[in-house]
Amino acid sequence: MFRSQVGREAEALLLPPGGARPRRWADRTFRGALTAPGLVVVLLVAWIAVELTGAAMPAIRRFGPAFLWTSRWDPVHNVFGALPFVYGTIASSVLAVVIGVPISLGVAIYLAEIAGARTARLLSCLIELVAAIPSVILGLWGIFVLAPWVRTVVEPPLAAVLGWLPLFSGPAYGIGLLAAGIILAIMVIPVVSSVSRDALRAVPQEQREAMYALGATRWEVIRHAVLPYGRSGIIGAIILGFGRAFGETMAVTMVIGNRPQIAPSLFQPAYTIAAALANEFSEATSDLYLSALVEMALVLFAVSLLVNGAAQWLVSRMTRA
Amino acid sequence: MRNALWRRILASLAVVGGAVAATLGGLGPATGAGIVTLTGAGATFPFPLYSRWFAEYNRLHPDVRVNYQAIGSGGGIEQVRKGTVDFGASDAPLSDAQLQEMGRPILLMPTVAGAIAMSYNIPGVGTGLRLTPQNIAALYLGQITRWSDPKLAADNLSTKLPDMPVTVVHRSDGSGTTFHFTSFLSLVSPAWATKVGRGTSVEWPVGIGGKGNEGVAGAVRQMPGAIGYVELAYVKQNSLTYALVKNRDGRWVAPSLGATTDAAAAGAAQMVKTRDVRVSIAHAPGPKTYPIVGFTYLLLPRERTDEAKGRALVGFLWWAIHDGEQDAAQLLYARLPEPIVRIDEGIIRQITYQGKALLTGK
Repeated sequence: MFRSQVGREAEALLLPPGGARPRRWADRTFRGALTAPGLVVVLLVAWIAVELTGAAMPAIRRFGPAFLWTSRWDPVHNVFGALPFVYGTIASSVLAVVIGVPISLGVAIYLAEIAGARTARLLSCLIELVAAIPSVILGLWGIFVLAPWVRTVVEPPLAAVLGWLPLFSGPAYGIGLLAAGIILAIMVIPVVSSVSRDALRAVPQEQREAMYALGATRWEVIRHAVLPYGRSGIIGAIILGFGRAFGETMAVTMVIGNRPQIAPSLFQPAYTIAAALANEFSEATSDLYLSALVEMALVLFAVSLLVNGAAQWLVSRMTRA
Repeated sequence: MRNALWRRILASLAVVGGAVAATLGGLGPATGAGIVTLTGAGATFPFPLYSRWFAEYNRLHPDVRVNYQAIGSGGGIEQVRKGTVDFGASDAPLSDAQLQEMGRPILLMPTVAGAIAMSYNIPGVGTGLRLTPQNIAALYLGQITRWSDPKLAADNLSTKLPDMPVTVVHRSDGSGTTFHFTSFLSLVSPAWATKVGRGTSVEWPVGIGGKGNEGVAGAVRQMPGAIGYVELAYVKQNSLTYALVKNRDGRWVAPSLGATTDAAAAGAAQMVKTRDVRVSIAHAPGPKTYPIVGFTYLLLPRERTDEAKGRALVGFLWWAIHDGEQDAAQLLYARLPEPIVRIDEGIIRQITYQGKALLTGK
């Protein structure tokens, strides 16, 4: 409404009477040219959903909704249930966010509030470099460097101190949910820290100055003026990080142990949907098996939509509050 | 008026799109006079050897080009069923039901054999741990959980096995290696056959999964107490430990190309008897045979729809099983024994165009 009014006024001001028509054409073409790509995205998502559902139909008919809460995955006997994979996907992503977000926030605050301009530029550059490492390289590094380190350095002390919690019980393999969470955290940190840094930089200088004028310390300024102002941006960054962790395949499959089970301990192997798809798709020879894999892709699609929707809702609530 | 404009824009877009498509079409694979391009898709396990064959054959016969995509056995089978490729490749032979689904006769032709080694990481124990097939099955069924188990000690009297938990490692990706390994376990252990069975992916009773040979080998190498199954070529190239496995004749045999070819030769007798190339060569009789072995196969639609392509294909196949096999050992595949080459010759003779055999002058 407002926009069209301004547009009309601007036209009235700027255009000679005869020239109005071609300009409006140009406007419309421009709008069309921008709407089309927007529609393409929507159509693409709808098309993927339709295609996945179609290809998953044999499995959906055979297993029904039980596919979502049964745990047996046996390609030889054609029995498929996705629950351990759904669990592994969510657990590894949550772990990645739990490990990665505090570090990312520290990085973002340091870059936006504390570091000098040159240091900040150099560090930002390095962090973005981490994001550019191919995930297969991270995966191989994970299996040869990270997993032994987790087995010998991280897990024994955790088990010694917190071993009474089921979360940190059992034998230390190195390869398992914890290693997957750590490697995902490494992949999440560049995304979350650079987006949050931008959010913090966008906080108006007056906010800070007002706090300083009240005699606040640097910590108090960051805590009470900067972080609350950048909150929605930071939450957006965390959602992006979640998305990154959710769909990651290669790096995870190298270190998670690829065992479809729901174990209470972080030391135990688990499996994610994306990893299972990448692992099993190319050699899936029976129709029902293939269809079950496609249904799992559909589940991943739905779960990520749900998580994204929930996060959006959270953001809108928090920013309104 | 708005609609008219849109129509014009769409029309011009269509023209541009058409022009682009036409240009791209013109840039497609050169199908110049006399050059035949064969397309194939499937198994990744034999891919290094196949790609050597295609390059070598193209050097000798510049008029035949082979375009092979290693998309996995499942993909290869699917493409053959859809008829989009001239041949497919699969590490696992097709079941009767799968052959039925193809809708037309498909010939299976074994091309090369591979062996699978048991690699382990037991502190203080080098290559040469002795494992019976029953013990390998017991390890993978979760029935042997410590290296100090008396069942293992009985075969390894001169080796001190530590009292340490066993971590079993298997492939997490669907693979021909897994198919051959689980086929072997199904043959030697009735419990395995009924509880788990054989396949490119199975429901593993215990253990953790590593992606690819490198994933399994990496997991084994970094976890003391681990054991995994790895392709022979990967074991040799990376100097991993490997176990001696007791064969059907009761001898301890190390995985090697020679021992694999011997197993394939033993399997040939079975093939002739059953008139079926799908017989497993795992756990074959003979003093020198290594028991954990398997063939990889080409999938060949018997009746060809294109005479020139058909002729090029049979020419290539004939060359591959005779001259091409010479390259196998260098790439750490076990070459076909003579009896299987004879069987393959018979298979190539069955390939027809309009009912007439394509192979001539052989």
